[in-house]
Amino acid sequence: MTKLNFLFELRDKLSGLPKEDIEERLNFYSEMIEDRIEEGLLEEEAVAAIGTTDEIAKQIIYDTPFTKIAKEKLKPKNKPKIWEIILLVLGFPLWLPLSIAAFAVAFSLYIALWAVIISFWAVFASFIGCAVGGVISAVVFAVNGNTFTAFAILAAALICAGLSIFIFFGCKLATKGILLLTEKVIIYTKSLFVKKGEVK
Amino acid sequence: MDIQLKRGLLDVCVLAAIKNEASYGYKIIKDLKPYIELSESTLYTILKRLETANLLTVSTAEHGGRLRKYYHITNDGLKRIEDFKNEWQEILSIYQFVSKEDITNDQA
Repeated sequence: MTKLNFLFELRDKLSGLPKEDIEERLNFYSEMIEDRIEEGLLEEEAVAAIGTTDEIAKQIIYDTPFTKIAKEKLKPKNKPKIWEIILLVLGFPLWLPLSIAAFAVAFSLYIALWAVIISFWAVFASFIGCAVGGVISAVVFAVNGNTFTAFAILAAALICAGLSIFIFFGCKLATKGILLLTEKVIIYTKSLFVKKGEVK
Repeated sequence: MDIQLKRGLLDVCVLAAIKNEASYGYKIIKDLKPYIELSESTLYTILKRLETANLLTVSTAEHGGRLRKYYHITNDGLKRIEDFKNEWQEILSIYQFVSKEDITNDQA
């Protein structure tokens, strides 16, 4: 790939970002390629050494704060036409509740996910409670001379303790998974905004 | 390696690469290569962060018929390197303590 092709492709993939940011990035990569060519690399090799435009664009989008992307998205590129404004105003009673509803649904789904995680942890806590309570009541029964009941309760307490260890690892894994998912969703949402800029 | 730790290390590495004289992007990557592998995208982010924190300044100069950006260290940048050295003196003594524990455990 030639340097110009590379820069053109990268510009296209970053088109949802603020213009100054894109220019600065492109100048940076252009300088890097030029310096490599100056050192004796062929143009193709110099471009290949930088990496693919996909990788670079992904990294850049990841590094750019969400607020910056959203702001760029809201900035009117060219003056909106009169009928667009009229439609926007007339549609207000429709699109406002719809977008609020969409946001509420997404938000409640996310909250529900966390509720499941919390309930997992509650199960874990209850098993720990059973284990501790079981041991204590086993001791009480043993002191009162009720050995058989004491042993039965102690066994149940130990089973609870064992189960709670398994549940603990399960809970930890699930919590980690949700956190990872959150990060993925944020990156996905960001790239959604940036990619939309491509279609003009 | 811990992300926070690595980020701090990279910042100081880049500052050290421009400590003696102003340098440019590709040269910084080349100079650091024997010690730490740095991609262009990572370097860009670091340079931006250091510039925002006033640890370096940027100037543009003509080179072979094109423009090239040069990065100059500031006094704050130099101080950052010194701070880093002092911090690591502490970490080094902790490291020695931790390693010593290992030896006594092995013997026991």
